[in-house]
Amino acid sequence: MLTLTCPCCGVAAEETELVGGGEAHLKRQGPGSDDRAFEQYLFLRENPKGVHFERWRHAYGCGKWFHVARDTATLEVFGTYSAQVSAPPDDIRAVIFERRPGWSWREFA
Amino acid sequence: MTKRYSVFAIAREAMRHHQGWERAWRSPAPKAKYDVVIVGAGGHGLATAYYLGKNFGITNVAILEKGWLGGGNTGRNTTIIRSNYLQDPSAAIYEKSRSLYETMSQDLNYNVMFSPRGVMMLAQTEHEVRGYRRTAHANALQGVETQFIGPERVKELCPIIHIEGPRYPVLGALWQPRGGTARHDAVAWGYARACSEMGMDIIQQCEVTAIHRSGADGAVSGVSTTKGEIACDKLSIVVAGHTGQVCGLAGFRMPIEAMPLQALVSEPIKPCMDVVVMANTVHGYMSQSDKGEMVIGGGTDGYNAFTQRGSFHHIEETVRALIETFPIISRLKMLRQWGGIVDMTGDRSPILSKTPVRNIFVNCGWGTGGFKAIPGSGWAMAELVAKGEPGALAAPFSMDRFREGRFIDESVAAGVAH
Repeated sequence: MLTLTCPCCGVAAEETELVGGGEAHLKRQGPGSDDRAFEQYLFLRENPKGVHFERWRHAYGCGKWFHVARDTATLEVFGTYSAQVSAPPDDIRAVIFERRPGWSWREFA
Repeated sequence: MTKRYSVFAIAREAMRHHQGWERAWRSPAPKAKYDVVIVGAGGHGLATAYYLGKNFGITNVAILEKGWLGGGNTGRNTTIIRSNYLQDPSAAIYEKSRSLYETMSQDLNYNVMFSPRGVMMLAQTEHEVRGYRRTAHANALQGVETQFIGPERVKELCPIIHIEGPRYPVLGALWQPRGGTARHDAVAWGYARACSEMGMDIIQQCEVTAIHRSGADGAVSGVSTTKGEIACDKLSIVVAGHTGQVCGLAGFRMPIEAMPLQALVSEPIKPCMDVVVMANTVHGYMSQSDKGEMVIGGGTDGYNAFTQRGSFHHIEETVRALIETFPIISRLKMLRQWGGIVDMTGDRSPILSKTPVRNIFVNCGWGTGGFKAIPGSGWAMAELVAKGEPGALAAPFSMDRFREGRFIDESVAAGVAH
């Protein structure tokens, strides 16, 4: 079972306490955006077999949103971090560079 | 020339200690060039190849497979076949598919063990009753034979159901008498044998590592594989969960996310149910295989993963739901559990489409309901690949619909909410 440590309350929460929220660091599109941008925002998702960044919610715990860096092939968790950032922090990126040299994910690596 | 399977062939082989059976399909080395290369030798890929040959006479075709034939979701599903959908585009393609299953064993000269034993989807809330009544009416207009039946009829068709369930009593069901099951592996094997017979090359353990484009319009010109370079005029990508990875090689993105979906089977027991039952409110579905195993479908993990196993708590939820519905199974032992990587789209309907790259076509997004669609999907995809334009079956499922907001408002992927 997937276990993630909530950076908000510090609890090592099991999967059953959490709800996945999909791809992280999406750029929100508003009125005036063109159809392609909306399609990108609403439907086109990163679906890597490997390093992935996601939003999760500690739904049956403190209720807060946070970010997770995870490997979708091995389920290894590289770290969790605040929801209030628009890019993966350097310490998380460093962990991934150490364990998955050559990784890439959107514009962040 | 492949020898026909028949009762006479069995009798002949019985006389000579079964020494005369030959391999069902050839395993040739790839040629330098094909008219059409299909990536993915699962059910959908093989069906596409078969109907390309049968309906359009295109037989210079290679089907490339990274692993082994039918080793992905084709061999990992719960083998249910039905077409009781609400929306016209879904009903059309799934009913085409179901009708092709009816004669598949004869068409392919391969016993796929199609068993139209009937599929019932239980209504356990008032909302479901209203929803399924509506579906039954829609099906009547679409020419799909279904009916809404009451709880007495449910009990009559499937005596092991606990009608007065502890949480959700059975209020009725949507019954499709010509739905059922088939042997999933045999569907892939039958298509493979027929394709090989037509002269198509099935190349296993051959992973596509690059997709090449050329010319002024950047049309596809070939692929690099672990077994060398293969040129092609047209490329059809039919790789389910790995659609994003393969399309990435051609330089475009797909609205697909991959998640593990689980299933499990019990130890074999004496025949106790001869229909397929789907209980959507409590979330579980079950049928009994010809070997006597209870075949049980579970849920998807709520996050992207490629693990082909899934999380244990989904098994607990599924088994809990089914014990509620079928108390008889409470002391059954489970034999095996596994997961398949399902390809989910934004509206949970499939994609059969042209792509931004000329002469590359993609068939994906069948999500949690691909097996039942195999022949219909192959039929529609073959037309798309052969003509370069979708026919009536495939047209509503183009990938442009996500940009145009033309969604198919139906969670067609599975009868249960995933």
